[in-house]
Amino acid sequence: VTASSVSANLLRRLSTPVILIGLMALIGLLTRARGDVVFERVVTVMFIDLLLAVALQMFMGNSGLGSFGQYAFVAVGAYGSIWFSLTQKQKRVALPDMPKDWWLYQQHQGFVVSIVLGALIATALGAAIGAAFIRLRGASFTIATFAFLIVVNRVALQWQEVTRGARTVLGIPKYTGLWTAFIWAAVAVAVAFAFKESSIGLKLRASREDEDAAASLGINASLVRWLAWVLSVFFSGLGGGLWAHFIQTFSPNNFYIHETFLIVAMLIIGGPRSVSGAVVGAIAVALTSEELRQLENWVNIQRSTETSFGRLIPFQLVGFTEIVVAVAMIVVLIVRPSGLTGGREIVWPAGGPRRWRQRRRVPAEIGPSAEPSS
Amino acid sequence: VDQLIQYVISALSLGGLYALMALGLVIVYGILRLVNFAYGELIMVAGYGLLLFGRSPLPWIIVAILSVIAAVIAGVGMERIAFRPVRNTSPTTMLITSFAVSNLLQNIALLTISPRPRAPRLPDLFIKNVEIGNVSVKIVDVVGLVVSLFALGVLTVFLRRTIIGLSLRAAADDFTMTRLVGVRANRVIAAAFAVSGFMAGIVALFWIGRTGQVWPAVGLQPVLIAFIASVVGGMETLKGAVLGGYVLGFLTMGLQTWLPQGVNNYRDAVMFGIVIIVLLIRPQGLVRPLYSREAR
Repeated sequence: VTASSVSANLLRRLSTPVILIGLMALIGLLTRARGDVVFERVVTVMFIDLLLAVALQMFMGNSGLGSFGQYAFVAVGAYGSIWFSLTQKQKRVALPDMPKDWWLYQQHQGFVVSIVLGALIATALGAAIGAAFIRLRGASFTIATFAFLIVVNRVALQWQEVTRGARTVLGIPKYTGLWTAFIWAAVAVAVAFAFKESSIGLKLRASREDEDAAASLGINASLVRWLAWVLSVFFSGLGGGLWAHFIQTFSPNNFYIHETFLIVAMLIIGGPRSVSGAVVGAIAVALTSEELRQLENWVNIQRSTETSFGRLIPFQLVGFTEIVVAVAMIVVLIVRPSGLTGGREIVWPAGGPRRWRQRRRVPAEIGPSAEPSS
Repeated sequence: VDQLIQYVISALSLGGLYALMALGLVIVYGILRLVNFAYGELIMVAGYGLLLFGRSPLPWIIVAILSVIAAVIAGVGMERIAFRPVRNTSPTTMLITSFAVSNLLQNIALLTISPRPRAPRLPDLFIKNVEIGNVSVKIVDVVGLVVSLFALGVLTVFLRRTIIGLSLRAAADDFTMTRLVGVRANRVIAAAFAVSGFMAGIVALFWIGRTGQVWPAVGLQPVLIAFIASVVGGMETLKGAVLGGYVLGFLTMGLQTWLPQGVNNYRDAVMFGIVIIVLLIRPQGLVRPLYSREAR
């Protein structure tokens, strides 16, 4: 191995985040050029979803454990950020049940500080709960995270003082635009990539493949797993704060099973083992859903105007998008469990495009790669 | 004392229902290591069966039987189409697959039937009360108690006295060994899903009988209860599922009867908190399996 081949290899690997962020920037620029306000909203949400999918990848892809609980932290991040970003006057409208003499009531911070504080609250909670969860394996872990999602949802629905209960909070200032969402998503992609390539990420991936063998090399699987979890939770919380200041009005039920499903679907369809998978999956699912939703609307309008075409379809098209996403997800799980990207990163081809086809196939799915069937 | 009798009857009835829910989940988990999220959608299928068949002039008991059969067919079909191809992957992959199946079925119901709750035709027994001595008891509680005990009895006989039942139990203990002695894997797994669908169908009759309505997400609450019951009782054994169901039934009724209203709003949070705690301190649940197995 010569020095030049090592540096060429490094450059090739570094090309992944550059290509991914470049792709995202291109989408952002094209969106701006199109000048369609509705479509810009779609792409902004897509960037936030992409951030959440990448956050999930940081944990799920590297550890091989499935989590259905990330949206609990999105919720904490969203509510946590508005506790700080709202002025007292805005809090009187948005969170009327919060006692006036609370320390929290008197806080008012800038946007970035607020969403980071929200994410840190989520992280503190996640770090504590994760320390306990991390001992679980396989399906038990996933069930525990799902149970946690429900606990957070129920508490948020009841805790009037900090969430306004089941009612929606209103009047949150809009700080998140297309480029804000893009920048944070790009940061997440870069961090996810750096984490995966770091020594901690490498140790985690080793323990995913064979925990005992990794332990024999002195790897503390629980510790590296916990670190990945905490990192993932932080970015999930951050995504919550960004979304809260984009959508401006929400309630605890905006952070529940349906939303969890969408993010998990993005990651599974794209390929959970690579950052590229999370990015590709998020873009593919978000843009397809948008097209389908427009189709849904068009059909429903046709129906309501009683055209001859409209009468052909006997029902309102509701939930059609989710059906397509669910079917796509099942097909991917059956036919190509490693996702669209096959668990690999998108890299700049060494020695020109002709080398694309010669790359090694990596068996990859969720959980350990090769498991003897029993 | 009267209040206590009332409590015990309600709790036994609810516990029996929960035990059936948990059994339907555990019988599949024991063999495949698949935590079937889409189990709740089998309950939904039976519920819409009640709605659809209930429009015909057939007597209700026939409608109920048809609905249970619909859930059995849905259970077997679900296995054939979605779960068989991913059978040899990791438990996490299977769990995620079932999550997708659950979402798929819910949205199909949303699209083709209605997002709004619908009320199927139900017989009077679901609303009437009966006097036993000087205690007033809901008929549905008594019937539920009897039916759940009957279903548990039928299942026990099925598992102990028939060949397919025996292979189910053997497969739940050690699937590889069971296959080595010549039991057909596909048949056993299909049977497990059929039993799961049957349980879901019976549960649906009483669950929807209690609420009086059916909607696309009707299966969520029962599947969550089944999770809790089976985690508390032990995912590995059928006994554990039954025990977990009854423990949960008594706990739910107890909390409902004696807890102040303000705290009761947090009941679900408390329940799922219990799940997390049990998973952490006793991951195998109350009943440990006969042969301890490497946790995967």
